[in-house]
Order: sequence, then structure tokens, then C-alpha cells
Amino acid sequence: MAEKILMKGNEAIAYAAINCGCDGYFGYPITPQSEVMETLMQEKPWETTGMVVLQAESETSSINMVYGGACCGKKVMTSSSSPGISLMCEGLSYLAGCELPCLVVNVMRGGPGLGTIQPSQSDYFQATKGGGHGDYRTIVLAPASVQDMYDFVDLSFELAFKYRNPVMILGDGIVGQMMEKVELRPAKPRRTDEEVRALCDSWATLGKPASREGNIVTSLALDAEIMERFNIHLQNKYATIEANEARYETYKTEDAEYLIVAFGCMSRICENVVELAREDGIKLGVLRPITLYPYPEKALDALVPQMKSIMSVELNSGQMVEDVRRIAAGRVPVHFYGRQGGAIPSPEEIYEAFVKKIKK
Amino acid sequence: MDINEIIKPENKVYGKSPVLKDAVMHYCPGCSHGTVHKIIAEVIEEMGIQDKTIGISPVGCSVFAYNYLNIDWQQAAHGRAPALATATKRLMPDKYVFTYQGDGDLASIGTAEIMHACNRGENIVVIFINNAIYGMTGGQMAPTTLLGQVTATTPYGRDAKLNGYPLKITELIAQLEGTCYVTRQSVQSTAAVRRTKRAIRKAFENSMMDKGTSFIEVVSTCNSGWKTSPVAANTWMEENMFPFYPLGDMKDR
Repeated sequence: MAEKILMKGNEAIAYAAINCGCDGYFGYPITPQSEVMETLMQEKPWETTGMVVLQAESETSSINMVYGGACCGKKVMTSSSSPGISLMCEGLSYLAGCELPCLVVNVMRGGPGLGTIQPSQSDYFQATKGGGHGDYRTIVLAPASVQDMYDFVDLSFELAFKYRNPVMILGDGIVGQMMEKVELRPAKPRRTDEEVRALCDSWATLGKPASREGNIVTSLALDAEIMERFNIHLQNKYATIEANEARYETYKTEDAEYLIVAFGCMSRICENVVELAREDGIKLGVLRPITLYPYPEKALDALVPQMKSIMSVELNSGQMVEDVRRIAAGRVPVHFYGRQGGAIPSPEEIYEAFVKKIKK
Repeated sequence: MDINEIIKPENKVYGKSPVLKDAVMHYCPGCSHGTVHKIIAEVIEEMGIQDKTIGISPVGCSVFAYNYLNIDWQQAAHGRAPALATATKRLMPDKYVFTYQGDGDLASIGTAEIMHACNRGENIVVIFINNAIYGMTGGQMAPTTLLGQVTATTPYGRDAKLNGYPLKITELIAQLEGTCYVTRQSVQSTAAVRRTKRAIRKAFENSMMDKGTSFIEVVSTCNSGWKTSPVAANTWMEENMFPFYPLGDMKDR
């Protein structure tokens, strides 16, 4: 049986990075995720796996170090929290525009502005609809547990290299700070120089061998026709991602007449709401999108006809509910319940709100 | 004597470096960029490091440096080249990594990145082209624009009260413990080109000796931005820029 260790969500990110053969981490301290870099510095992976860990002078610099490392075909990552992610959005746009693989972890806190250090899910729009400039997409994974935080690091690198695209783990202060038992996975060694060359030599800056011209990693194309062609190529890639990578979980939806849609930590709280409802004879279920981009559209679409109504529950003022309404397309009423600024609702509170909505 | 008798290896006195590509020149006639590109190419050729050199191009006219030198290139966001170079060199320490940055890129929007990369002593080469103007966007004020200098955004001349003072960033860089070699050069004459080439070679050699950051400012002309002829631009640079930005080594250890 695999070893299980008690750890914080933020620590899980760090241990998973070392374990899955990450080549470099570049970060800047910000609450509530500073334990990611603290753990890495404590572990000194440069002495074991050879992983580079560096504290940058800003989030702007962190993401651009990730940009440089990604240009070299390396598995590179950063982590931050909401205000820091805002600073990184310029870099994310460049990474997407250069089709570079990387991992960005956002342990969300409440905003806008400096906001609060308390947990929130108010960066859903920023993560799934862009954040930076231009027509680009980031693959977004929403962890609901410390185990997810651990497992999604390796998964993110797999997806990032499969599609040569930035991947974001969109956690929050709850999954970042809470402690749970984590089942460790078998270690993956870092890729050797030869493996990186074999995998990435067609596009990465590994040093130009005599056999090819110099590679240029750029997002610049002044010619409108070339730029449009590249944009169409990107959109085709996103269509492939949408067709193949949507991930979700359901909880008691088989016989459900009502549905809650919730992601991350809220999906776990909402499973308790299901129990409260079923005690009262109300057939409630939960759909938990695991990927927020690509959104599990087909799964939700298939559940809509059996429901009397749907409620999206989020730690924000109503962001994902716009996607739920879009997919429900007027077939059933779609309600919303959320708390903001760091307040976390109890199952009873959510159940009460749910009952009020369906009795209206 | 026909042409074929003249074109013989023993008669050859000069040739284009094979590191340079056959790109159509996009720089204006008289611009310093072309000369600096050429000597970087020659250094790479002479050191035999074409397969081990990674360039980071900036935002500005020289974003297209990657069209001229046949090596692997990364194109950075405005001012961020030292951050890309930091990660590249740390992840691939056996590679020669250099940034090529203009004054707006390095001394304005990218001030934080260059100061901290140099302060960490990243084993990279920084080539800083200071022509006291934003060339690509049409001749606006740069951080290094001289007092009284007319640009598109200082149409009455740079006024210290309105615009602040020209930034001697190279002097600041020389103060940082992480830098090992900091020099200010130019390329307006044969002798100056030779000095700059020697400086670039030394900087590339330093980057494999774990000595810290090597920083080369090249005081340059932008005759299009300055709205003057190439020859007059050289004279203006010698008379106005050299007194404020004196040439020579500031640090060599």
C-alpha cells in the first residue's frame, strides 16, 4: 500500500513538483500560498533531482522566468495568489501565444484589489475567460482536496506538454491551507537532456544543432494574414482540448431532480447539502467540474433535462453560473448562491438558500 | 584580369559571418543595431559556440534580432528579457545566454528585472543599446534621453521638472555585487567597433566562469529617431552623449 502523509495543500504542490520531475519553480511570496516555495526551499531538490528553485523579485519576473524555462522545453512552474496572478497575466498571454507548456498554481484569495487573504473563488472569470490579452485559453483544473493538489501537478504537466499550453491549478485558500492525508505516487525522474531534445527540439531553445536552423520562440507576427492563420491554429487546438479533456465528477445525480453545480472545495460542502436534502425527501445531486476550462459542457447538458432546477454555489458573486445558464439554455431555472470576501457557507446555510429558491 | 581571378581565398580580406542569416535589413541606414548584431555574430563564430548560444530579444526595433543571427532565440515581453535569461541559464548552465535590450526595454519598463538579475549575479551577458530614444514607436522620450533633447513626447526638449533626469543605469549596475564586468562602449568608428567586439567576447567568456553578470552598454545612434543624417548623428552622439555617458570600463574583476 502506498505511503500516506499528512500535509497542507500548499505543501502537496511542492512535494508533487519534486516527485513528478519538475525542472524549475520560480515564485514570489504571497498569502495564502507561501508554503509552496517555503517547502521547496526546505527540501532543497537541487541537491537531489537537480530541480531549480528561485525566489524572484516579483510575480512579473516569476512568470517570465517560467516563460524562459518553458522556451527550453523544461517542466517549469510558479504559484501565487489572486493579486499575483493578475500581475502574471501578461506572461500567461505570451506563454499561450508562444504555445509553451507550463504550470501556474493560483491559491485564490478574495478581491478585488488587495482584497483579503481569506479563501475565495472569485478568479473564475480570470482563469477561464482569459486574464491576459488576446484570444487564448488556459487549461484550468479545480482541486477539491489536498490529494487533488498533489495529483494535479503531474496531470498539469502531462496536459501542458500534450497541448503545448499553459495549465492552471485553480485552488483556493481552503485547499491550500487545510491538512489531509495524501497518498504519494511513484516518483518520476526529471527528463534527461536527450529526452528533452527528442521531445522539444523542433521548437525549443536548446542550442541550435548543425542539422537545423535556429528556433525562434515568439508570439510576434506583424503580417495580419500570418497572425490570423496562427489564431485559427490556436482555436483548432482549443477545440481539440474541449473535445478530449473535460473532466468532472457527479454525486448522486442518477435519480436527482435538482442539481447543484460547484467546483473545488465548495463541491465537498455541497455533498453534505445533498444529504440534508435527501433526509427531507428531496432528490438532489452535485455536478463537480474538475476542469473549468474545458468546461464539462456535455455532462451538464445531459443532466439538464431530468432537473426541475439547478443552483450554482460559488465563493464569489456569481461567475461560473454564467456558464451553467449558457449550457442550461433556458430549459430549467438556474439559481445562484454564493458568499464573498472569505466567508464560507455551511451546508445548512446552502440548504436553506436552496429550499428558498425552489419554493419561489 | 577578370572577376574570377580576383575572387580567390588568398585575396579575401573580409566576409560575412556564417552565423548571420541572409535576412532583409529592416534597420534604418545609419542605425547602430546592424553593427552590434554583426560583431555578436563574429564573436559567436570565433568562439565556436553557435550550437550553445541562446539569445533573448527585447521589445523595440531589435525585437527582430532573431531574424539576423542563426541561433536559438526567445522573444521576451517588454523589459523581461533578464528574467527569461535567468531561468534559461539556471536550467541550462552549459549554454551561453545573452539578452539584447534597448534603453526603453532595459532602463524603463524592465528596470526591476535587470537590477535583480544583475544583483543575483546571473551568469549571463547583457547587451544594452542606448540611443536615447524609443525608435520603434516613432521617437518618443527614453529614460536615457538627454536634458533638452527633442523627441516626439518632449517636443520642447526634455525638461527635468517635467520629465525627470536621464538615467545612468549602467553606473547603478556597476554598483551591484553580482556584476563582474560593466563597460560602456560605442560603434561609430573602426576602433570603437573593435573595442566593443573585445568587450562582447570577454563577456561571453565570463559567462562560463561563474563570475556573475557581464553588462555592456553600447552608446548608439538612431538617426531616424533623432531626425538627422547618419553622419550628423555620429557627431551629435560624440558631442552630446559621450560627455554625459563617458565610455570605458566601470568594473572588471
